[in-house]
Amino acid sequence: MKSATEIQGKSSTRIVTKWKFMYWRSAILYLLPSIILFSVFLFYPLGKTLYLSFFLTDQQGIANVFVGFENYQYILQAESFHKSIKATILFVLYTVPTGIVISLFLALLANEKVKGAGFFRTIYSSTMGVSVAASAVVWLFIFHPSMGILNQLITSIGGTSIDWLLHPDWALVSVAVTTIWMNIGFSFLILLGGLQNIDEHLYESAKISGASYFYQLRRITIPMLSPTLFFVTTVTLINAFQTFGQVDILTQGGPSESTNLIVYSIYREAFVNYQFGTASAQSIFLFLCILIVTILQFKFGERKVHYQ
Amino acid sequence: MYSVELKQVDKSYDKEHLVVKNVSVTIEPGEFFVLVGPSGCGKSTLLRMIAGLEDITSGSILIDGKIADHLPPSKRELSMVFQNYALYPHMTVEDNITFGLDVKKILKKEKKQKCYEIAEMLGLTDYLKRKPRHLSGGQRQRVALARAIITNSPICLMDEPLSNLDAKLRAHMRSEIRELQRKLGLTLIYVTHDQVEAMTMGDRIMVLNEGMIQQVGKPIDVYNTPVNSFVAKFIGSPPMNLTTGLVDKSSAEITISEQISLPINRLVANNLNSDQVLVGIRPENIKLYEEPSSLDLSFEVTLDHVEILGTETLLKFKWNDNSVWYAKWYGQWDIRVGQTLRLTLDSDSLCIYDGHTEKLLQGPRNIQHQHVQEGIV
Ligand SMILES: Nc1ncnc2c1ncn2[C@@H]1O[C@H](COP(=O)(O)OP(=O)(O)OP(=O)(O)O)[C@@H](O)[C@H]1O
Ligand SMILES: [Mg+2]
Repeated sequence: MKSATEIQGKSSTRIVTKWKFMYWRSAILYLLPSIILFSVFLFYPLGKTLYLSFFLTDQQGIANVFVGFENYQYILQAESFHKSIKATILFVLYTVPTGIVISLFLALLANEKVKGAGFFRTIYSSTMGVSVAASAVVWLFIFHPSMGILNQLITSIGGTSIDWLLHPDWALVSVAVTTIWMNIGFSFLILLGGLQNIDEHLYESAKISGASYFYQLRRITIPMLSPTLFFVTTVTLINAFQTFGQVDILTQGGPSESTNLIVYSIYREAFVNYQFGTASAQSIFLFLCILIVTILQFKFGERKVHYQ
Repeated sequence: MYSVELKQVDKSYDKEHLVVKNVSVTIEPGEFFVLVGPSGCGKSTLLRMIAGLEDITSGSILIDGKIADHLPPSKRELSMVFQNYALYPHMTVEDNITFGLDVKKILKKEKKQKCYEIAEMLGLTDYLKRKPRHLSGGQRQRVALARAIITNSPICLMDEPLSNLDAKLRAHMRSEIRELQRKLGLTLIYVTHDQVEAMTMGDRIMVLNEGMIQQVGKPIDVYNTPVNSFVAKFIGSPPMNLTTGLVDKSSAEITISEQISLPINRLVANNLNSDQVLVGIRPENIKLYEEPSSLDLSFEVTLDHVEILGTETLLKFKWNDNSVWYAKWYGQWDIRVGQTLRLTLDSDSLCIYDGHTEKLLQGPRNIQHQHVQEGIV
């Protein structure tokens, strides 16, 4: 004979299972729209890329022969891929710190209470509203060897003109300058928002203590801004790794592959050389690189960040 | 100990409208000076001008006898406690307290020593390693105090430092701040809109309204003889009862609601422009009518509300064209709402204000200073 408590226990577990089912069903329903979107535009391409990276493909990108890790082996040995990695790392080092320092400087200026600050705020953040293609074309004119304003300026003060986009030593710098200019709007706006969130009284209190401007910057502004700085660094870092548009318009990866940044290299491998297998392997490689850098950043960078 | 002197100070933010008008006052060295007034009357503005955080539009400020109009805040040798404390959220309590010393490049050891001394004094030793967000309101308030006094500045400014605390903690911190000020001999300028703080803490208080000084003086004097009806209504809780009376110049008498007439000084009566005055009396000077006296100031009212506060009983009633009045009696009285009582005014405790300018015409005659000796047999 079963005791009453046993029966009761059984029915209560049934209720719990039923309740759990309901709970999960509604949770999945709520998540469904984003799950569908992510699947179509993110998880499926990611899976397909991973799959393709293990195959040789034909011109239509259909997987033909399973080659295991040979694609990876190939790209890691290819000299042009080494060059591309080197160029990408250099590009990141050029653009990320410089871009953030300049944006921070501009944000500090625009945060001062002076007449016309609103005007400058608009100007400084305006690059955010210009598309990559449009701004790259503008810079194409600026860098033009004979008609470009940059060379005209240099020659007018007696210098010799430089082949900005055609010289292997200068091309990457030129693309970096363009990218910095394009990124400033976004970083500036986010940093300005961060600055305006800092309580004015903190500075007043520091002023009464006799702290100089730079002392206040070091002891109050930068620490209070650290979450914002961290966010901006992460986003611009990832963006820099994924640069494509300005390279395509300004240099097409040349001269002598000096601006062949990794995403551009992937594009060429896939859609110019029709090597979808190796292109996929490169994509997976880039994905892992960004993942590792971001994890490292969160691990080490975040310790110095102060959250409210 | 430094003095602070304001000379005809004006302040305008928009170049049209003055938020501080013609303020002149001298704050003595070592004095606990309270600035009190309703919200938006310019207290914070005045304090910030003394601190140098805000320019003065005209007039001048002297600190320790020297003109300080254009000195930067750090050169004025003062410290300040902000209303929201303005603690640095990313620093530990210890770093917060020593921030003022960091700037001055003092030896690390000495700094630590000083920090511990002050933390000890304010009971903060257990919290030195915490961030401000892990402290309670009262503890934060004490950190702000510690930060202000560690620099040994002779002048300390406080802008409503207790307004974020609960009533009990507020009462506790009131006496703590007062003791600290005495011990350190600070010249303390204290802003509040709470008239209890003003009454209990200050050596002198200054009542401000709409940027203008209404009255400066000892709290007890301001309480007993408010110089105008604004101060009368602002200081005291419940405030002074006021009602209109008509003056008959020929007989030198004031009549209130055709029930009461009381004599007024003939000279004062003759100098009046209008025939209206405001008659005021503190709630504790309204008594229950017991026996007829030579001057009958009794009237009958119906009570609207009764509050028994333990040691005293508060009665609320309307009288003479709906003026809301309070009476405060010592002890616990068994009186019900709606009951009709015959009350009488203490003729020596009346304040009479001009009905037009609202300035004091005649103050009370019997200010009840009770001396300690009286109680000793
Ligand atoms: N930065 C400013 N710009 C323009 N007007 C201001 C500024 N600061 C204060 N005011 C105005 O000046 C007047 C006085 O303000 P203040 O802050 O001194 O009032 P307060 O007496 O401290 O009031 P509270 O008790 O509410 O703190 C107010 O009318 C306010 O609107
Ligand atoms: Mg204020």
